[in-house]
Amino acid sequence: MNKVMKASDMVASLSDGMTIGIGGWGPRRKPMALIREILRSELKDLTIVAYGGADVGMLCAAGKVKKVIFAFVSLDFIPLEPYFRQARQQGAIETLEIDEGMMLLGLRAAAWGCPFIPTQVGLGTDVLNVNPELKVVDSPYDEKEWLAMPALTLDAALIHVDRADSRGVCQIKGADHYMDDWFARAAKKAYVSCDELVDSDYFTPEQEARFVFWERSQTTGVIPIVGGAHPSSCSPHYGFDVPHFKEYAASAKEGGFASYADKYIHGKTEIDYQKLVGGLESIKQLPLAVY
Amino acid sequence: MSEFATDYSLAELLICANAAAYDNDGEILVTGIGVLPRIAASLAMKTSNTDIMMTDSEAWLLSEPNPVGNRPDDFIQQNETWMGFSRIFDNVWSGCRHITGGPTQMDRFGQSNISCLGGTYQQPKVQMLGARGFPGNSISHANSFLIPSHNTRVFVEGECDMVCTIGYNPARLPKGHQLSDIDLRMVLTNLCVMDFGGPDYQIRVVSLHPGVTIDEVIENTGFELCIPDIIPETVAPTEAQLAVIAQLDPQNLRSRQLKDDPPGVRS
Repeated sequence: MNKVMKASDMVASLSDGMTIGIGGWGPRRKPMALIREILRSELKDLTIVAYGGADVGMLCAAGKVKKVIFAFVSLDFIPLEPYFRQARQQGAIETLEIDEGMMLLGLRAAAWGCPFIPTQVGLGTDVLNVNPELKVVDSPYDEKEWLAMPALTLDAALIHVDRADSRGVCQIKGADHYMDDWFARAAKKAYVSCDELVDSDYFTPEQEARFVFWERSQTTGVIPIVGGAHPSSCSPHYGFDVPHFKEYAASAKEGGFASYADKYIHGKTEIDYQKLVGGLESIKQLPLAVY
Repeated sequence: MSEFATDYSLAELLICANAAAYDNDGEILVTGIGVLPRIAASLAMKTSNTDIMMTDSEAWLLSEPNPVGNRPDDFIQQNETWMGFSRIFDNVWSGCRHITGGPTQMDRFGQSNISCLGGTYQQPKVQMLGARGFPGNSISHANSFLIPSHNTRVFVEGECDMVCTIGYNPARLPKGHQLSDIDLRMVLTNLCVMDFGGPDYQIRVVSLHPGVTIDEVIENTGFELCIPDIIPETVAPTEAQLAVIAQLDPQNLRSRQLKDDPPGVRS
């Protein structure tokens, strides 16, 4: 089965009001080229589930978002994501603010077909008070109450990986694949952009197959876009683009998102974009972050 | 026993006081969020509790803590196992961890906030990070706090604007839980060290940093503290500790964490 498609095919398969999960973590391995394609589209009223970075900030700034399900939205070295911050402070979006681990449980519940997974995480905090949709349940086995973390079923997941073959075998060679396997499993459809499209026999050696974290049956579409995580990182190939994120953050203070989007996104192809940010070769030279 | 230093910074005093929080923890994962807590955890692992486990703050568990800041090109970090973010939760929920974090608000119950401030929850005046992993940390394992700005905006009179961590608040105690299930340990500030050893887990002043008066602490705290009759001075770093700290932080990032890098002994 050949699952290779274009980013525009991916967007055409989405519709208004969908719940979309986005892989990666903060400024790390985000499917930013796919996000840019959504920003160029008419899609709206989306519910976004993410360990959020500029993906969430940009979608909020562009008015694509009805609701964000999040534990944080951050660019790491710029702790507060500027456009998410604006959206929250304008009261422009609905939220489900949960703990990082609760999000993992919600994705697992969706992946496993459970309505919820019980946890003590969130009890005793305002996570319960500000989110009336979260319920507690009594245990049949002890006297305690448990927070019933609901399944976060995704209409679609968007993920960026290092390598994929045309059948949807996806490899993440960076040190952490974050929760991307659970995003893929929690989604009805998972669209994966990749830095490199490879032949299937690439995965034959055990040391390559070991870095494939879900079965190809979980992958709906493969979208080859080298450099497609920029300005987020795709470790070990390239780090996140600190000057670009600084310019992005500065636009929130002066010019607004429209100025950023006019310069980099609207009316631009991904090739145009990469030229505007210094070219693919310079993306590939971006240094990895030191933690 | 190494000699106590006489010339040290407040940052170094806090690092040593924070490291002491792990003395009796045994073989657990310690996470210090931010530069000073990270150096503190590393110091403890190198000196007072060598059983501690730490990560590289990215994806690996280390047998030797990494120095903070940029490392030379030939640096080889001492990995002992993979520890990506999803696996961190397996550790967190096992309870085998002690974290030191730096919230923006803390109230009299030890509840803390890193999410948002002011306004309404639907439209906060200031959106911060979000609750991150704080709810799970607080109910799962030991928690200490390093809060370098001790004032009444941080140590608030009422409850935190968004309570991100469970504290010793009977009104919020989940059914079937005991206050004694919650494990809040130490609160370190630019003025003093506190714990939860007062009556009914009231926050108690444990030691005052050199030159700080108890009145200053009281004045800068929005709620009533437990004040013992005798309050010692926070123990100064030893020369040996300062030497290890210098190795763990060769670029002196610790000097840039507190405004104007104040000395440990106030004049």
